[in-house]
Amino acid sequence: MARITAGIGTSHVPAIGAAIDHDKTQEDYWKPLFDGYMPAQEYVAKNTPDVAILVYNDHASAFSLELISTFLLGVADYFPPADEGYGPRQVPGVEGHPELAWHLAESLILDEFDMAIANEMPVDHGLTVPLSITCGQPDAWPFKVIPLCVNVIQYPQPTGKRCFKLGQAIRKAVESFPEDLNVAIYGTGGMSHQLQGERAGLINADFDNAFLDDLTANVDRLVNIGHMEYLRESGSEGIEMIMWLIMRGALGEQAKEIYRHYHVPASNTGAGLIVLEAA
Amino acid sequence: MDKNYHDIPGTYVFDGTQNRAGYHLNMFCKSLDVEANRDAFRNDPDVYLDRYPMTAEQRKAIEDRDWLGMLQLGGNIYYTFKIAIFDQVSMQAVGGMMSNMTEEEFRQMMVNGGRSVEGNRSKSEGN
Repeated sequence: MARITAGIGTSHVPAIGAAIDHDKTQEDYWKPLFDGYMPAQEYVAKNTPDVAILVYNDHASAFSLELISTFLLGVADYFPPADEGYGPRQVPGVEGHPELAWHLAESLILDEFDMAIANEMPVDHGLTVPLSITCGQPDAWPFKVIPLCVNVIQYPQPTGKRCFKLGQAIRKAVESFPEDLNVAIYGTGGMSHQLQGERAGLINADFDNAFLDDLTANVDRLVNIGHMEYLRESGSEGIEMIMWLIMRGALGEQAKEIYRHYHVPASNTGAGLIVLEAA
Repeated sequence: MDKNYHDIPGTYVFDGTQNRAGYHLNMFCKSLDVEANRDAFRNDPDVYLDRYPMTAEQRKAIEDRDWLGMLQLGGNIYYTFKIAIFDQVSMQAVGGMMSNMTEEEFRQMMVNGGRSVEGNRSKSEGN
């Protein structure tokens, strides 16, 4: 059977991708951030999954206000990098895993999680930057990827509790897939940041570090953080952290922390990374 | 529906009201993803903007690159930022223009740990 072995939480700031793509990772501004990513890259290199379910959000790239889906699974066998106005990132295209993706879609919908399904979509920095952070610059990504796209732009975003429960349902669905696959799950976005308004630039390192602590120490607290608390305490875009709760839910009751890194700033964002294993 | 997020200072939560108000403004921004549209907008902004049935205030906010005004009129930052990409202006420059700082001041604030949440949580509580 397939099993979820590891969970990775990471920010997906576009400037991090640009720093990698333009060879700036050793500059003074970026070096402390990228030095902290190396142990996670080593972990992924030693524990390379067959497939990763990558929870992220689209930033008005594949989708627009024309159609807003709360949870969407990509079931294609290939996802091209999106053009976000600078030309597509020069990174490998993303190979999907249609068999497991369809199994997830069917299992989740029958389990009362009403997923939207995409056969064609480009993937933007929300998906490709976490791959760059954890895999470096390979000629091809070392595992297949199932994109799970969450609406975090249009209020109301799904609740953290709903995200956590979706993660639990994903674990169940993966374990009912007959093929013997090692599956990792990424929760991406955050941590604290606000891009808009007079409060732009807000960072709350205390909130972020407590969030990292409680991914193992007190998941119940995180699951019960509501919209107002995210918006107020972690900035209007900090609410992306709900996507980490899908990852955490998919690891089961107990999770073990393997590694973490936190650095301010990456552009306008408190950048966090955590590697967890299902315990 | 509880809209207590209006109590958060300097923050424009993109809810259904904002979506309805800003639909055409945001869809104009989205159209700039396409190179041919960027060329058309560059060649004749007036004619290009005519394609989108915006209010006069929204149109003026775009023409003036009034980043805060666009948000107040229903813009969403992920959409309005497409105009900044078109203009080759950074997110930190836009952040500065929305909060009355220069790009360098904004960048330095971020290097120093960002804008503190202290005093920025609530209009009514003043904390």
